[in-house]
Amino acid sequence: MSATTATAHAHTTHGHHELGFVRTYIFSTDHKMIARQFLFLGLCMMIIGGLLALLVRWQLAWPETPIPGMAHIFTETTPPGIIQPPQYNMAFTMHATIMIFFVIMPILAGSFGNFCIPLMIGARDMAFPFLNMLSYWVTFTAGLIMLSGFFVEGGHAAAGWTSYVPLSAVPEYTGVNWGQNLWCISLFTMGIGSMMGSINYITTIINMRAPGMRLFRMPLVVWSLFITAILLLLALPVLTSGVAMLLFDRTLGTSWFKPSGGGEPLLWQHLFWYFGHPEVYILILPAMGIASEILPVFSRKPIFGYHAMAFSMIGIAFLSWIVYGHHMFVSGMNPRLGMAFTVSTMIIAVPSAIKTFNWLGTLWGGRIQFKVPMLFALGFVSMFVIGGLSGIFMASTPVDIYIQDTYFIVAHIHYVVFGGSIFGAFAAIYFWFPKMFGRMTNPLLGHLHFWGTLIFFNWVFFPMHIIGVGGQMRRIYNPMQYEFLQHQQHWNVFMTYGAIFLGLSQLFFVVNFFWSLFAGRKAPMNPWNSTTLEWTAPSPPPHLNWGPVLPTVYRGPYEYSDPEATEDYLPQTQAPARVRARAH
Amino acid sequence: MSAATSHAASTSHAVVEPAESPLTPESWGKLGMWIFLAGDAVGFGTLLAAYGGMRATSADWPSPYDVLGINLTAAMTFLLICSSVTMVKALEWLGKGDRSKAKMFLLFTALGGAIFVGCQAFEWTKLIREGLHINGITGHALELAKGHGATLFGTSFFIITGFHGLHVTAGVIYLLSVVGVVSRRPDPAASYNVVEIVGLYWHFVDLVWIMVFTFMYLL
Repeated sequence: MSATTATAHAHTTHGHHELGFVRTYIFSTDHKMIARQFLFLGLCMMIIGGLLALLVRWQLAWPETPIPGMAHIFTETTPPGIIQPPQYNMAFTMHATIMIFFVIMPILAGSFGNFCIPLMIGARDMAFPFLNMLSYWVTFTAGLIMLSGFFVEGGHAAAGWTSYVPLSAVPEYTGVNWGQNLWCISLFTMGIGSMMGSINYITTIINMRAPGMRLFRMPLVVWSLFITAILLLLALPVLTSGVAMLLFDRTLGTSWFKPSGGGEPLLWQHLFWYFGHPEVYILILPAMGIASEILPVFSRKPIFGYHAMAFSMIGIAFLSWIVYGHHMFVSGMNPRLGMAFTVSTMIIAVPSAIKTFNWLGTLWGGRIQFKVPMLFALGFVSMFVIGGLSGIFMASTPVDIYIQDTYFIVAHIHYVVFGGSIFGAFAAIYFWFPKMFGRMTNPLLGHLHFWGTLIFFNWVFFPMHIIGVGGQMRRIYNPMQYEFLQHQQHWNVFMTYGAIFLGLSQLFFVVNFFWSLFAGRKAPMNPWNSTTLEWTAPSPPPHLNWGPVLPTVYRGPYEYSDPEATEDYLPQTQAPARVRARAH
Repeated sequence: MSAATSHAASTSHAVVEPAESPLTPESWGKLGMWIFLAGDAVGFGTLLAAYGGMRATSADWPSPYDVLGINLTAAMTFLLICSSVTMVKALEWLGKGDRSKAKMFLLFTALGGAIFVGCQAFEWTKLIREGLHINGITGHALELAKGHGATLFGTSFFIITGFHGLHVTAGVIYLLSVVGVVSRRPDPAASYNVVEIVGLYWHFVDLVWIMVFTFMYLL
């Protein structure tokens, strides 16, 4: 700890000094470089996670036919290229694991947490820059460990991203040995990295706000990241301990979760979901903050109900601890307890609805500009509403018992995690790209990316509600083997075409990202006419973000269309002198 | 407020830049340690909750007193509490400006931790020789404890005391590195914060041991 504090001092006092390539681009302690590193890690992993999803979709649409291009990987079948059940299990397990732990968390919490927090509260860097660097490299190592699982004997973990025991606890059950062990080790490592990050985020937000940046003048995205950091701090260690126990069961022969040795499989479910439910809010809260940031800018209106927005996020975070049992309705529980979990889960609809209505209230009567970040933010709100409403179905025990473990739940999680978190992530990338890299993105490619993503996202995931209610099981290898599922097979084919087009739509993003990175128009300091502090720093901000003087904050973050303003907005740094002068 | 900003980072010596928080950069480390301890407590809490769940639902949980005995562990507990006292004394002497006494008490604290870990190694060896293992029971310990309860007892005992022992070991290394910090800085006030932070960690590890001792040995 002393070393990190000392580093913080060195950074604030010595000011600008030239660093070598390694210290600037690889082992950097600058929060903006670490944010870029997290972004690249997340985007690279997204390609892997997305391709795994396409393997799953191909098998569901055209079961046991060769997958184009995979003949050299799945060589054991005739003809080669057919994905077999063990590999299929591995594909959906690793798709979810990678997308949740190595795409959404690094991009939303890792990248935008690092980028936004110091810049938006008016700090020069994080409280512990060295710890921040360590957090990235620990997470990166965890990612490498996770990827190495693909190359070990027996293949990667194949027990689902939830790794329910005893399936995951006994190597003989899945034929996976080191894959599952590496899965545990990787998540254990990631837990350590995330704890380092959350220590930094919380300390920075509590201590390093610029003068005048009171808690209730903080932008909502900072609020959301603050609450996310607290959830990370208190939820991830449960998973960390849990995966360690699972690893001991697999390698040292202990029996925490194995009934053969007196252990309790339900214990894993309790530990996993006690972590797992706060985890889904870790994934969605930053996206909510991002939407709350972007909607006012492109409606040219203050956010509707700033305090209600902050308190509803606190409410969601608090409720996330007392609802986890709704993941275990069919695991066997006292019906009275199930009732309690149903009620507490339904209560989450209240703060979520407060947020949704406030977003709509922000849009109401605004001068809406359909720029690319705004489109993704609007997409976030719309898709999150669909995902939230289907969540209410699952919260209700009688309905859940019917649709449990069907494609309905797959539809639900993709509407909140893709429609919610990933749309939020894209909104954030387009919104802060000018600040992060100093160049504007191409609006035409951005529009193509948005409309492709929105249309094909719904194309893929909406029919999942239908085939889920029709009975198609989640994680099923071949739906055609059941007669009662055969009549809806055309939906599976339809969805897989959508998935391929959805994947192709992302090429617009890849092209846009790299083209803009090197050849985009130079970004001005404040391209969106936004009020918050990051737009008072150069694009991209230099080391230590501002010149010799830190900005001073005089007002809240969303003062758009203010009658006092000469422009149609008042930056947080604008002193109220003019207002006072007129009053005299 | 604007007057406060005018002399910010441009000055070359250590400045505390104006911020909304009343805390100074010196205390960031303290807050960081508190936050870390909150997370670490959740990790320990998970293990203890799992242990509690196992034990509450087990029909044949052995009597800890019969398997583990209590005399050695009571002495170890006393030793660890004493090491917390020496930790307090170290901070007190540093506050009074006596670096050599502070270093002496820090070394006493580290020594207490080291002896604790040594006793734990002795205890583990003895129990393993008697047949209590992480994954089951062999040998004559079977007479004391039988069935699944005894297996789970062994598992939770070694994992939880082992996790705590790792914390003590890390704490001893941490304390020794802090002794180095106190030696290198001539001004006692310059290392006060560092010693206070290691103290937070050490008292936490002590507190966790009181929990482990109560739940695993006494109850």
